[in-house]
Amino acid sequence: MIDLVTAVDWSRAQFALTAMYHWLFVPLTIGLSLIVAIMETAYYRTGRAEWKRLTRFWMTVFAINFACGVATGIILEFEFGTNWSNYSWFVGDIFGAPLAIEGLFAFFLESTFVAVMFFGWDRVSARFHLLSTWLVALGVILSALWILVANAWMQNPAGMVFSPDEMRNEMVDFWAIVLNPVAINKFLHAVFSGWALGAAFVLGVSGWMLWRKRSQQGAMKSVRVATWVGLAGMVLTLWTGDGSAVQVARTQPMKLAAMEGMYEGSRGADLIAIGTVTERADRKTVPADNGLTVKIPGGLSLLATHSVDAFVPGINDIIDGISINAAGDTVRGLSYAEKIRLGQVAKQALESYTAAREAGNMEKADSALTVFRSHYPYFGYGFLKSPEQAIPPVALTFYSFRVMVVMGGFLLLAFLCGLFVLWRRRGSVGNIADKVPAWLCWVFMLAIPAAWLSSQAGWVVAEVGRQPWAIQDILPVTAAISDIPVTSVRTTFWIFAILFTGLLIAEISILLRYIGRESKKGI
Amino acid sequence: MCKYLKSIFNFYYTGFTHMTVGRGLWIMIIIKLFIIFVILKMFFFPDTLAKQSRERHCTPAEAVRRNILEQSNDIN
Repeated sequence: MIDLVTAVDWSRAQFALTAMYHWLFVPLTIGLSLIVAIMETAYYRTGRAEWKRLTRFWMTVFAINFACGVATGIILEFEFGTNWSNYSWFVGDIFGAPLAIEGLFAFFLESTFVAVMFFGWDRVSARFHLLSTWLVALGVILSALWILVANAWMQNPAGMVFSPDEMRNEMVDFWAIVLNPVAINKFLHAVFSGWALGAAFVLGVSGWMLWRKRSQQGAMKSVRVATWVGLAGMVLTLWTGDGSAVQVARTQPMKLAAMEGMYEGSRGADLIAIGTVTERADRKTVPADNGLTVKIPGGLSLLATHSVDAFVPGINDIIDGISINAAGDTVRGLSYAEKIRLGQVAKQALESYTAAREAGNMEKADSALTVFRSHYPYFGYGFLKSPEQAIPPVALTFYSFRVMVVMGGFLLLAFLCGLFVLWRRRGSVGNIADKVPAWLCWVFMLAIPAAWLSSQAGWVVAEVGRQPWAIQDILPVTAAISDIPVTSVRTTFWIFAILFTGLLIAEISILLRYIGRESKKGI
Repeated sequence: MCKYLKSIFNFYYTGFTHMTVGRGLWIMIIIKLFIIFVILKMFFFPDTLAKQSRERHCTPAEAVRRNILEQSNDIN
């Protein structure tokens, strides 16, 4: 018997590594495609050559990122088939359909019009070229949609029925999956934050050019577009983030409690703005009482329910069965101990169904199937030994949430600085770019790492905070994993680490060389 | 039809032959796809379920049933 827990850990680490590297490229593709489309629209409307130069410059940056990022997501599908084969089969066509649509529709839309975007200058009409650029931006977003629909289903399963004969979930309502509220919010949150990240990148590169006194006119124009796209992206990200918090409070309350390290719930629960966590003697990870904690009174209640006085359950309350329902009311439901018992009943019923069917006893099989179906919502709990196994890693979730928020706050500040620069420019004579102080250039440049840190930390909160589930309440990671030797997972983990790091170094060096060269020539 | 296909071919052919930064990027993409699909997929990422089904002489559904119900019992 192989050490499955270690195989789970290595497989999770490998999936996290691959997904995080993949997500370095994706949001930049989302953000840059929009910015390039806006710049080309400005060129189309004004006919001014500087907009064309800028469009072509950022389009090439987009191409470098696109080339480095393309196909990195395919490795995730390899991992599904090798490391997570039980899960891959279990999810059935729920994953297959969205991913097939993504492959057939969105990817081809992108690929076709990317060619027109790059090869079509002076070969197709200006209007068709502009349309192609916008269709690439749309295709990028549509690609993200189908992937996020699949991810949202894992967070909040809907629109399926489980077939015990086929041992997989079968789609019964396509629109329930696509219009899953978690999917809609997750999709919008990812796209808007991608806009903000793309804008932060453009702002940062432009800040560097201003600091080095290169291509200042082009840099200032880029700051203008990046600032407005970034501000729009941030405002919309905050709006959808607020929606996500309310949804998490209702669909994944354990994640919300872990984000705060909160074991005991309360009315008017405070939100920890700044703080650390510590592990107590009883192995519970709680906010440290070291005088460094800054709390926002009633902030967590407001975040979770839009009411500062509302009750927000803690980890212990959730284990005892207290939660917030779809209407936002606090309700008492089944405790985790009861859910574990019901999950075990579901597992036993599935075994009985299989045995009865093999023995040809259809009456007994039907009876077992009825029991199984009524207990299926708790199926995953049957794999847990104790309620404590349903608690995600608190410290990582806690810190990741704060990294996301603090870095997101810095981004907002950077875009406001951009707005300040644009405001100073109004009505001034001469080149305002010379008057942008160095410290402001550095704020712009620091927006680049801040954007990626925030984006990555957001995904850590979303994925680590829902552990131990591969599919919420239905399949824990320990059951989703393949029976594979840990050595092979460990080997491929390091291969990926080297491959992706090489790819990242290649992208950064190509980008730096290109930006350095073009900024000297003038964009 | 033939003229239409020829113009599409020419569009891509001229585009590829006139690339500057893009040429290096395409080389990188081709190397990457080779590593991903030929090396990684063939040597490091077998279809676990297909392999298990062959070894146990059962359907993939049966293999998953056994994995999920027996494997998790081992862990617990």
